[in-house]
Amino acid sequence: MNLLTYLINGISLGSVYAIIALGYTMVYGIAKMLNFAHGDVIMVGGYICFITMNYLHMPGIAGVLLAVVVCTILGIVIEKLAYKPLRQATSLAVLITAIGVSYFLQNAALLIFKADPKVFTSVVNIPSIKLFDGQLVISGVTLVTIAANIIIMVCLTAFTSKTKMGKAMRAVSEDKGAAQLMGIDVNRTISVTFAIGSGLAAIAGVLLCSAYPTLMPTTGSMPGIKAFVAAVLGGIGSIPGAMLGGILLGIIEIFAKAYISTQLSDAIVFAVLIIVLLIRPAGLLGKKISEKV
Amino acid sequence: MKNIKGKKLRSNMITYLIVIIAFVIIQGLSSGGILTNNIKGMLVPICAYICMAISLNLTVGILGELSLGHAGFMSVGAFTGVVVTLCLETSVSSGPLRLLIAIVCGAITAAIAGVIIGIPVLRLQGDYLAIVTLAFGEIIKNILNNTYIGLDETGLHFSMKDMNALQAAGGKVLLNGPMGAIGVTKLSTFAAGFILVLVVLTVALNLINSRTGRAVMAIRDNRIAAEATGINITKYKLMAFVTSASLAGMAGALYALNYSTIVPKKFDFNTSILILVFVVLGGIGNIRGSIIAAAILTILPEMLRAFSNYRMLIYAIVLILVMLGTNNPLLKRKIGEFREKIGLSRKAIDMTTEGGDRDGK
Repeated sequence: MNLLTYLINGISLGSVYAIIALGYTMVYGIAKMLNFAHGDVIMVGGYICFITMNYLHMPGIAGVLLAVVVCTILGIVIEKLAYKPLRQATSLAVLITAIGVSYFLQNAALLIFKADPKVFTSVVNIPSIKLFDGQLVISGVTLVTIAANIIIMVCLTAFTSKTKMGKAMRAVSEDKGAAQLMGIDVNRTISVTFAIGSGLAAIAGVLLCSAYPTLMPTTGSMPGIKAFVAAVLGGIGSIPGAMLGGILLGIIEIFAKAYISTQLSDAIVFAVLIIVLLIRPAGLLGKKISEKV
Repeated sequence: MKNIKGKKLRSNMITYLIVIIAFVIIQGLSSGGILTNNIKGMLVPICAYICMAISLNLTVGILGELSLGHAGFMSVGAFTGVVVTLCLETSVSSGPLRLLIAIVCGAITAAIAGVIIGIPVLRLQGDYLAIVTLAFGEIIKNILNNTYIGLDETGLHFSMKDMNALQAAGGKVLLNGPMGAIGVTKLSTFAAGFILVLVVLTVALNLINSRTGRAVMAIRDNRIAAEATGINITKYKLMAFVTSASLAGMAGALYALNYSTIVPKKFDFNTSILILVFVVLGGIGNIRGSIIAAAILTILPEMLRAFSNYRMLIYAIVLILVMLGTNNPLLKRKIGEFREKIGLSRKAIDMTTEGGDRDGK
């Protein structure tokens, strides 16, 4: 029964990683940039939700909605101000700018909210489910996280395959120049991608803080890196890959913590990434692009 | 050909001169009592960061691969250095000699780590390589966080669990997991740092201007063409990577021996990024730029102390604005025109920006 508990916890943690990884993977697919500020958007989402619930005394759902709205706007603003002028620049220049944005968000949060950790009250008040005579307890947060992950995945798959905007996104990620010639507004498509990614980051932030209720200006950095690893594990640029990578990573992390060593769990997670990349250099579901000579 | 060689030689000499003059001036200011204690305390870290920036520039600029885990090598060198000095505390009485041994040992272990990491990593390409270096950096931090080393009459003891078994035997604790090393004698001096910068600079510049360096740069510019001309890709890539790692190990040993306590957490992802920022702002592939950027950017937060709490925020804004400014096409053209006017040939400018442009294709 322990095994099942760990598995469910793993899927739950993995779902959070997967939602964050979606943001990474979509942005990478379309803008070919590693958006290191993504992890800090999670933190912003967490704080917005925290404020709405604790200072404005609104219900949790309002907090989630407000966090999504604020982060979506934040994502668009960051893209317009910091990344758009660098469309023609080298990928390293964009990377450093993203790091600058990440520093900015973290330090702004440090000034506004101070360094002391805030205790985040869970937005989920569904009672936990007991199965097998109470041997298996699944908390409400876990259920909501997994459900949210499934809903997001279904919606996003439908969005990218059915809607005009989704098709435009795929076209831009495949060939920016050709997409532009077909009349697609590349800049707008990239903005929408950032908006969706940041909105998802807000949801992930709220879910993460509900499950692990401490909120600090640096809350987003480690989950951000892990989610980035998840995106690469699944094959960066691929949406199902991000899902698979995220959930696998969550399960591996929880199992490593439970059966091997709590302190070394991070090292194990990263070691798995390295092994996978050595066997499949483009990630699990990534497309291998053969080199033209 | 001769002309190019002469130009390179002159450029290298200027770099050495800048470093030496800077050392003389700072030494003068220091003995004149003009420098504040805060700045004085930063002199050794600045030297260590300069070495790190040169070392990372070898990987990013010359080898052309993005490394996001360079602090890992620094960490390996740092803790090797600390353990070595603590072990030799009684047998080698001379401080500078102990520092030298520590730096050499740091370089050796970091080079070994470089080989272990380089063999799998260098098979990958582009962003995948970058993420794997990040992963290795985190793994090194994680392992060091769980490493306990003790010393008693029977020799060194090593554990991955806790300190209890080692302490019970009555030995001395050298490395205490997440608490790091405590009670290290400060051996690093500014003069030692300066000498190390010169050594690292000499190694880097000689490597770049050697046959090996040209082979590495050929691989960077076009891997397939380089392979077709008979360059052993794996060998040269690994050579550059391991050299870079060992230089980082030296810097790490210097850095660690400047403090009485040092924890593994110090060398995390953020430190790797910090050094990458030095390299990118100094100009990818431009060693002199790295040195200047590392020095200025290490002092900058100190200079911004007047803004107290806002200083890191301002640092972030400066970073973004510099990136936006230097990549502004209009500004770039103006700088190019200006350089042409004052007589610098177009070619020299191309050579410094080449490393970066390659990624943007």
